Amino acid sequence: MTTETVKFRIYRYDPDKDAKPYMQDISVELDSTDRKLLDALTKLKVKDDTITFRRSCREGVCGSDAMNINGKNGLACLTDFRDLKQPIELRPLPGLPVVRDLIVDMTQFFKQYHSIKPYVINDTPPPERERLQSPEDREELNGLYECILCACCSTSCPSFWWNPDKFVGPAGLLAAYRFIADTRDTAINERLDNLEDPYRLFRCHTIMNCVDVCPKGLNPTKAIGKIKDLMVKRAV
Amino acid sequence: MVNRSVIGAHYGLRDWVMQRVTATIMVIYTVALALFLLTMPSSYAGWKDFFAQTWVQVLTQTTLLAVFLHVWVGIRDVWMDYIKPTGLRLALHAFTIVWLVSCFIYSVKVVWGL
Repeated sequence: MTTETVKFRIYRYDPDKDAKPYMQDISVELDSTDRKLLDALTKLKVKDDTITFRRSCREGVCGSDAMNINGKNGLACLTDFRDLKQPIELRPLPGLPVVRDLIVDMTQFFKQYHSIKPYVINDTPPPERERLQSPEDREELNGLYECILCACCSTSCPSFWWNPDKFVGPAGLLAAYRFIADTRDTAINERLDNLEDPYRLFRCHTIMNCVDVCPKGLNPTKAIGKIKDLMVKRAV
Repeated sequence: MVNRSVIGAHYGLRDWVMQRVTATIMVIYTVALALFLLTMPSSYAGWKDFFAQTWVQVLTQTTLLAVFLHVWVGIRDVWMDYIKPTGLRLALHAFTIVWLVSCFIYSVKVVWGL
């Protein structure tokens, strides 16, 4: 088995020990069977067990290992480290408070997600078995429901950096449209009312950083455009 | 006043639509003006005659109004993003409105040769 040495530059910050963050240069021996950045991080953790990061499913479903990789947000478990320029520079997601090393405090992100009421609201009596949708209506939810809430998009959005307490952010707005578009939901007007705000929705200036980084290939900008279109349709 | 984050002003759609409509007006005027200027003799007399026509004056004035409305939404967005103290932001909003209204009045003088 051939091995190769891969160089890293990792953002380190332990608030209990460090006065301020610093970048640590470290390299690690990787086997030909190692492919993803997460494989490399796992080996780095063996070499220096103080390096801290979140990970769970290691296959792009849980969204835990989102980080800033060579300046671009992405999931470590879906990124091939051989495609990256060395030293591979790893930083925590931008714009959120750092808990330690590559771990950020996602409270603000989830607060925005919850603010759009991410569940079907329908007060009519439930049918015997289930609320049905036509295949066409169900089709509209494709590209929306797949979001894993890794926060790559919202933390690459300058509008979210400046106003994380007020702007819902691309992830939250994608989820908002997922329920606005759901024909089983009856609260579409309340949802549009909730978003018709200069900060909550209209901070989006369509720069599409969110589309650029989404590891699941989703398009929050398109969803945001559809919310605005519905508002126009409602108003004119 | 309690220091809590407050949102829910329930506006924004009109400004967003206005920004798009005014942008369209500006594109149409820019293209039309470029085409006209390319086809007419480039002399002071030619310019003067061209801008003395009523329809050119009306289109120019409408476009300038579109520019000022477009600038209002854009500049206000910049203040909203970067200026956090409410008092300062309100003052900047007011200054921007006064400045743009003044620009508009001056544009009337220029376009109509008053």
